[in-house]
Amino acid sequence: MEGEGLALPARIALLGNPNCGKTALFNLLTGSRQKVANYAGVTVERKEGTLHTTSGRRVSVLDLPGAYSLNALSNDEAMTRDVVTGHSLEALPDLLVCVADATNLRLHLRLVLEARRLGLPMVVVLNKMDRVKKLGIHIDMDVLARGLNVPVVGTVGVHAHGADALRAFLDLPVEATMLMPWKAHKLEQVLATQKDVARIFQRVVTEPAVDKDRSDRIDRLLMHPVLGFVALAVVLFLTFVAVFSLGGWLTALIEQGTSALGELLRTHMADGLLRGLLTEGIIGGVGGVLAFLPQILILFLFILALESSGYLPRAAFLLDRPMSKAGLSGRSFIPLLSSFACAIPGIMATRTISNWRDRLTTILIAPLMACSARIPVYTLLIAALFPRDPVAGALVMVGLYALGVVAAMAVAWVIKRTDRDRSRSPLLMELPAYQWPDPRSLAIGMWERAMIFVRRVGTIILALTIVMWALYTIPSPRTHAQGAPITRSLAGELGHALQYVFAPIGFNEEISIALVPGMAAREVVVSSLGMVYAMNGSEADVDAQLRERIHKEWPLATKLSLLIWLVFAPQCLSTFVAVKRETNSWKYMWIMGGYLFGLAYLASLITYQLTNALTSI
Amino acid sequence: MLTAADTPTLLLNELPEGQWASVVDVTVPTNPVDRDLVLRLVELGFVPGERLRVVGVGQPGREPLAVRLGHTTFALRRHEASFILVSPLT
Repeated sequence: MEGEGLALPARIALLGNPNCGKTALFNLLTGSRQKVANYAGVTVERKEGTLHTTSGRRVSVLDLPGAYSLNALSNDEAMTRDVVTGHSLEALPDLLVCVADATNLRLHLRLVLEARRLGLPMVVVLNKMDRVKKLGIHIDMDVLARGLNVPVVGTVGVHAHGADALRAFLDLPVEATMLMPWKAHKLEQVLATQKDVARIFQRVVTEPAVDKDRSDRIDRLLMHPVLGFVALAVVLFLTFVAVFSLGGWLTALIEQGTSALGELLRTHMADGLLRGLLTEGIIGGVGGVLAFLPQILILFLFILALESSGYLPRAAFLLDRPMSKAGLSGRSFIPLLSSFACAIPGIMATRTISNWRDRLTTILIAPLMACSARIPVYTLLIAALFPRDPVAGALVMVGLYALGVVAAMAVAWVIKRTDRDRSRSPLLMELPAYQWPDPRSLAIGMWERAMIFVRRVGTIILALTIVMWALYTIPSPRTHAQGAPITRSLAGELGHALQYVFAPIGFNEEISIALVPGMAAREVVVSSLGMVYAMNGSEADVDAQLRERIHKEWPLATKLSLLIWLVFAPQCLSTFVAVKRETNSWKYMWIMGGYLFGLAYLASLITYQLTNALTSI
Repeated sequence: MLTAADTPTLLLNELPEGQWASVVDVTVPTNPVDRDLVLRLVELGFVPGERLRVVGVGQPGREPLAVRLGHTTFALRRHEASFILVSPLT
């Protein structure tokens, strides 16, 4: 029988607990040869890549969603279960690579034992072998392999050559699959498996009497009911300082670059529709998209580093109780923090919230977090409000961010009140041992988020910028005698009609027109205002001229009203698309859009009328 | 199941912060949602004989709890912790 049914594996799948270092290992194995998509019909992320074995053979790798158990409690775990039990559209892997954190075998061995019953050819990978040495743990891999009757190899996901043993193993032939029927285990069987785990663990692992892990000591500070919040405030403060200073500087560089390019075209091309399309439509659109990218990436660098170091789950723990007052749980913290970069990745990050009601609430309030697209508009209006007082300006900026957060919590509270289902939302969350983030995974994680933004948001903004350019370039069939070209265009007509809707909240015709293209993204409001006021020159010039005119011509109440409007109004088509996609429902998309418009109108109305009343005294 | 009559037992949500204890028993709830959660706790290693301690509590109201078990810390609600029976170690 020897040799029969043996074949070299062509497709492998990585199975493992969350926090076993599987993602770092996958990144090390596949590098940039990755494809991220969704599994068919569900919003569960599917990651596939290609690796080269020691002999140079190509093997396709499926990185299954992290799962504590095949007794699934979340969509991610259900998908993993379905793939490895042959109940999905995915082909069964030729080899199941079961990844376990070598420093935490007591927790991770149980899934290995569970997976062993599936009947798939299998190898156990002990990851984080570098940390094993540091913590003074000793693992007898031969005894483990004999005890499990499964081959065992060691890896270090964060070292360049850390997966060499696995790459060599993949050049060995594996048996054919003999899939066994799978059935969810009952408590008695789980307890029996845990006894097996304890027995194997005792024979294989020798740990030092004194726990060398420093996590508990760090936790005493970072999870302290008072000092923990101080630490969290400092971390968030530093993060946003970096976003504003470093991000602002990089954004300015990109804006200079794109406006120089536009200028170059303007001087070398004949005036006409094509030049307009290129300079205002395409370069303006691409530039508008790229301008947010530095701020988004810096925020995501911080979020990814803090998350993989183990800190963000602790912050979520600290914030669980305060957020429960608003009907949320600590699990909503990371998605909401991501929404400060851009609501789209934030909304996608809600997938980690297993409770549907909590997840929906988080999706609905995510657009209230001040995303980076709001920064240019806020900056312009604040500069026009306080031209000679940067401190007051900074305080107003902080106030606008805070207003978004407070409004989000209030909305979450209202949603909770109106919901008849008052069941408790569980919080069973691992707070993994602290570790240094893996630079490779940080880089790949940032790249993924940049791609989400460029694909999902960028393409929509770019397309809309071009459509909007057409709308305000094509003259309206009705003719007006005077005004900038934009006021005589189709967009001008629309804005003209809208000014009656917006009059009670103090928006003049110029603002009404600018808000039409601003549907694509809030940032476009700035360039549109420039166009309405028929301003020319580089972006910085237009900004300066605009600031001047807004400062002189708009009443205080109008400026405040527009600021408040921009905090709430759903001026971002990409968010609508993301809500539709993630909830798989038009209804929730319209609920989100509707309540945000209502809130924006109401808040601006109050601001405008109140300011007028107060200033006329 | 395992219950030692001579040692005092308490529920995990009553265990004072910092006090090491060992798991004595796990209660099986009747509510299916809770039952799934308790099954998960057992899968995560909350099984008789394991040592644990509370390393952090959320405020106000000591909710949620951060429980150190082996090399892992888990955040769980008091409600979830109330299904775990523990015996303090001296």
